[in-house]
Amino acid sequence: MNLQAIKVIFQYEMLRTWDTLFQSIVSPVISTSLYFIVFGSAIGSRIQSIDGVSYGLFIVPGLTMLSLLTQSISNASFGIFFPKFTGSIYEIHSAPISFFEILVGYVGAAATKSLIIGFIILLTASFFVDLNIAHPLWMLTFLILTCISFSLFGFIIGLWANDFEKLQVIPLLVITPLVFLGGSFYSVNMLPPFWQTVTLFNPVVYLISGFRWSFFEVSDVSVGISLAMILVFLTICIVIVGWMFKTGYRIKQ
Amino acid sequence: MQAIVSINDLSKTYQSGFQALKKINLDIAKGEILALLGPNGAGKTTLISIICGIVSPSSGTVTANGHDNVIDYRKTRELIGLVPQELTLGAFDTVWNTIQFSRGLFGKKKDKTYLEQLLKDLSLFDKKNHELRTLSGGMKRRVLIAKALSHEPEILFLDEPTAGVDVELRKDMWNIVRRLRESGVTIILTTHYIEEAEEIADRIGVISNGELILVEDKQTLMHNLGKKQLIVELKEAVSSLPQSLATYDLTLSDDGNKLTYTYDTMSDSTGITALLQNIHNAGLALKDLQIKQSSLEDIFVDLVKEGG
Repeated sequence: MNLQAIKVIFQYEMLRTWDTLFQSIVSPVISTSLYFIVFGSAIGSRIQSIDGVSYGLFIVPGLTMLSLLTQSISNASFGIFFPKFTGSIYEIHSAPISFFEILVGYVGAAATKSLIIGFIILLTASFFVDLNIAHPLWMLTFLILTCISFSLFGFIIGLWANDFEKLQVIPLLVITPLVFLGGSFYSVNMLPPFWQTVTLFNPVVYLISGFRWSFFEVSDVSVGISLAMILVFLTICIVIVGWMFKTGYRIKQ
Repeated sequence: MQAIVSINDLSKTYQSGFQALKKINLDIAKGEILALLGPNGAGKTTLISIICGIVSPSSGTVTANGHDNVIDYRKTRELIGLVPQELTLGAFDTVWNTIQFSRGLFGKKKDKTYLEQLLKDLSLFDKKNHELRTLSGGMKRRVLIAKALSHEPEILFLDEPTAGVDVELRKDMWNIVRRLRESGVTIILTTHYIEEAEEIADRIGVISNGELILVEDKQTLMHNLGKKQLIVELKEAVSSLPQSLATYDLTLSDDGNKLTYTYDTMSDSTGITALLQNIHNAGLALKDLQIKQSSLEDIFVDLVKEGG
């Protein structure tokens, strides 16, 4: 095990965060604050509470997930795509390092960064609403699992993409709609029955529902199913990455 | 010869169907400088990339220090440093961060003293905290060398190290190469500046169309394939060669002032004495004599022509 290599990849990626501080940390804080001002305070005050939770409070878990998902994907995909783009990836290929170690370094850094952003958003939210977390340990579990799963997913996108357009297309065209339609801003129960069924095919619903349960003990689907779904997604990502490494798909000529 | 790198029946066919290497066999001796010559697209970079682990071979094996470079990749890659042909560097990190990153990737612990000395040797120390994107092409080339040497490799690959590099850097580079060789590092370089291979290499390999058409000690190569030319300058120009000189391999220059005689240094008799006698007998007066020995470049061009 080349621990030194994992360490430098991790540090290098974290350093990149520090260098692009505004983009990586300040911007999610600002956008979250805007959501709270608009939906939480301005509009939210005229919306009745959902399942006994005030609207401003209700959207906290969904908003956190929105940032977490997009940040995890963009961090991890960019981290591995950029060396491919500049060509400096030759060094990683020629180093005494296994694919697994590369993965741990890049995905570990992206997930850590997302986790930090998640905490910052929750902290920001606590300035706008009175935040009480019913099950902190469960919340942490959901948070960590989501960061790892979606960083892995981002890593796959970064390996697969061979231009900047492909790098952007999945986060923009797939993830954002899934999060918005995944119950970030509403309860699935508020939808007509047909759309409720359709919504259940959206994996993000389970993430947000489980995460929300850890705060308020209210959820759209049972928390066990939520947990199972995120583990399934994690497993799928691991299998895909494993296959890519084994076959060298888009990695090695 | 104690081989530090052994290449056996190595072939590579890319997915496009292009066969870049055809059954290459080559042993590289510990501590030598081997220059690989060949026209663009001959397969030099593919060969280096396979040894370093960047490209997978289609068939054949490579061992470094006795370890297979696929099975025991950690052991072989630790030994090897690579300076790629293209200026493939990140953009926003500093010189210092990037060489620390390289050292760590190869599993070595931080060593400030070594890395600082390395930067000083490469005249990069004052650029230590500069971002890579702000450096000139020559400086980037130096950074690539620093990265390759950051983990103290025993084998160094330099892929076209002097392409697009100014005279000063080229001199620096060869000084570094000599120093590295003195410290026991084995160096394999590709170049199309043949005079450099001639100056610095111990052995020369020529690759053409994916085949290693020749590997030879430089001196032997020059000796075996070397041709000499005797150029005879005449006092008065002639319009054609005198009949009595027709048996010699002579060419007359366009202005009729010079006769060029090509001969083999290895043959028993070069025929120079008789030729000069005959020129005198033909009534031609000599103004001057010159002798030209074919350079490695001429040898190389001949070889590739034959190979192609």
